[in-house]
Amino acid sequence: MTGHAEWRDPVAVRRLAGEIARLDPGRPVKLMHVCGTHENAICRHGLRDLLPPWVRLVAGPGCPVCVCPAAEIDLAIRAAKAGAIVTTFGDVARVPARTTLMEARAAGADARVVYSVADAALFAAANPGREVVFFAVGFETTACTTAAVLRSGAPRNFSIIASHRYVPPALDALLATPDIGLDGFLLPGHATSVTGLHAYAPLAARHGVPMVVGGFEPVDVMVALRDLLARVGDGRGEAANAYRRAVRDDGNPAAMSAIFDVFELRDAAWRGIGTIPGSGLGLAPAHASRDATARLGLAPDPAIPDAEPGCRCGDVLLGRVEPEDCPLFGSACEPDNPVGPCMVAIEGTCQARYRHRGHA
Amino acid sequence: MTGRGDVVTLAHGSGGRLTRDLVESVFRSAFSNPALDAMGDSAALPRVDGRIAMTTDGFVVSPAFFPGGDIGRLAVNGTVNDLAVAGAVPLYLTAACVLEEGLPLADLRRVAASMADAARAAGVAIVTGDTKVVEHGHGDGIFIVTAGLGRLREDAPPGERALRPGHAVLVSGPVGDHGAVIAATRSGLDPAGDPDGGVRSDCAPVHHLVDALYAAGVRPVFMRDPTRGGLATVLAESARAAGVTIEVREDDLPIRDGVRGVCDVLGLDPLYLACEGRFVAVVEAADAARAVLALRAVPGGSLAASIGSVIPKGPGPVLLRTGFGGRRVYDTLASDPLPRIC
Amino acid sequence: MCLAVPMKLVEVTGAAGRADLGGVRRAVALDLVPGASVGDYVLVHAGFAIQVMDEAAAAETIAMLREVAQDPDAPPGPPGDGGPG
Repeated sequence: MTGHAEWRDPVAVRRLAGEIARLDPGRPVKLMHVCGTHENAICRHGLRDLLPPWVRLVAGPGCPVCVCPAAEIDLAIRAAKAGAIVTTFGDVARVPARTTLMEARAAGADARVVYSVADAALFAAANPGREVVFFAVGFETTACTTAAVLRSGAPRNFSIIASHRYVPPALDALLATPDIGLDGFLLPGHATSVTGLHAYAPLAARHGVPMVVGGFEPVDVMVALRDLLARVGDGRGEAANAYRRAVRDDGNPAAMSAIFDVFELRDAAWRGIGTIPGSGLGLAPAHASRDATARLGLAPDPAIPDAEPGCRCGDVLLGRVEPEDCPLFGSACEPDNPVGPCMVAIEGTCQARYRHRGHA
Repeated sequence: MTGRGDVVTLAHGSGGRLTRDLVESVFRSAFSNPALDAMGDSAALPRVDGRIAMTTDGFVVSPAFFPGGDIGRLAVNGTVNDLAVAGAVPLYLTAACVLEEGLPLADLRRVAASMADAARAAGVAIVTGDTKVVEHGHGDGIFIVTAGLGRLREDAPPGERALRPGHAVLVSGPVGDHGAVIAATRSGLDPAGDPDGGVRSDCAPVHHLVDALYAAGVRPVFMRDPTRGGLATVLAESARAAGVTIEVREDDLPIRDGVRGVCDVLGLDPLYLACEGRFVAVVEAADAARAVLALRAVPGGSLAASIGSVIPKGPGPVLLRTGFGGRRVYDTLASDPLPRIC
Repeated sequence: MCLAVPMKLVEVTGAAGRADLGGVRRAVALDLVPGASVGDYVLVHAGFAIQVMDEAAAAETIAMLREVAQDPDAPPGPPGDGGPG
């Protein structure tokens, strides 16, 4: 299950590339994936180099840190400056929103990196005299873990900034945006292991666009692309599973029930993109007391810009442009000195492209 | 529960009787050698036949104790290795310790014992040192600063600027072990949970491996130990200095399964993780096979491998060729993914 | 952080467990996978098991890949595994 060799067998990968090449429909095809881990895997293994010239595989808004509005990151920074201990995942601390949590920490604010929301709750238990805030960013993959902690009775001094997003409505919005022009989706393997493939079947049917869920090893990606392109060629608008060892049709019902016990769907802003209906997970009334912004009396600052001048993260997130088309890419904007979130987040498209650049 | 007698206090650093007692009971007795035992302010050493190499290093690793070693062992081997990769035979070390008030004496004794063991194993003597104590909260447990002195070989490597296209690049063993252990320990993973697998720090001296190269008639062009920033950083820095590119074959890189596991779980790249018992050697292409065999014949070198070669300057200082024929660029990072790694 | 890795459960104590990958072990919360038992492979994300992996499906995928690797004209795979159809 976990040995690397089978999932990276170069012979299998090349043969799958051959099968893909034989699926030429005689016209250009534009596919999108919506997972930063997919982009990292694709760049790391150079998989785009193995695809035929008629396929264009773009990265979509698959980076939950990148799509978190600057105003919400600013809330986390202000919570730390207000004296709370703010806990976040590592890359969030370096995302620019006028300033960063890392800079706030250097200036004395108490911001700490955690690997799990459970660690943040343990931290709250160990520091009963302080308010411990968890900046809850992530798609449904992570939202279910936040929900599990809140449902099982977190310490009284623990609260969250609720910034989780939900993926299926985003795909609906992307397909309804005419100038993006997508022929198919590679669905995110781990988010879909939570929601289940059944969340996407109606979308695929309604828009007449195929969607295939894939895993993250090189062969997983190539198998999913092969299955997706076969359906693009046949015009089959359906959802299919190329990651059966991790994805079931009904996903993880326990995880989904945790999410919808603790959260409810709301309209939410995606940084650089705009508002997507029903795409945000806000605290349900029964858990509203866990809202850190209410406890600390913080309201979002509308003046915080989502993008600095010249930054094209929004267009990159929509698959309208490639990172290399952004004038700041690799010059004014690089991982050590990022202008926008896509270059600093672990799942950012620009970060993946920059770190794995290999062409003269 | 520690009583007053069980921890380091400010009085231990005051320079008076308590300091002398601490130094005597903890350090001198562990490190004992003629130069140290004379307990002068400076160590009087025999003549060195040849040019002298010196190095200095600070050790602030957190946590101080980790699977495969501790800060003491790291301090000795790190210093020995800096001398070894410069083409020097390591001879003498100094050790200045900055201790935090409240550090358990048992921990200090453990560190001193580790240093003594490591020095004996490496064939070096710790000949002088210093001990200071800072207030609680002003120093994280124990920091160690060393200097190392060695005798430079006549045919020490010319250095990174001598890299030329055609040279072969070798590594003495699997990469990323130390960084993976530290990353794992800090994030709540248990790196050595499975006695048959898992990962431990590779903290070890490498000068006997360097000796094996010279004994086999190989004259390395350049050597370095990939500590902070890992293999990719060492290769990128040296390639930049020489105005070349180093091409690495991903399939030839020795990386332990446990290290891959830690990297998968934490989202780290093993090429950027520190090694503390390895070195990179660049040699003439004609020497590569002989060099690898020489390393593999020595304990600690059994997984040595030829991993790539120097090529004319390309799109980046390091170019990794994947198993699928793809390639990607590696460069230095502005900040280490893991602070206080060594 | 959407990184999730398959790990093998080596200990289960109620809703708490320990999982192993290559000999490296970590505590994992099992709240979201009721019924997971020792020996199961689980997908671990941010300290939680978020799904139990299907070993039979993994074995079928590996078998399909071996066919693909061995024969360039091999059929795409058994129906129902998401093959081209």
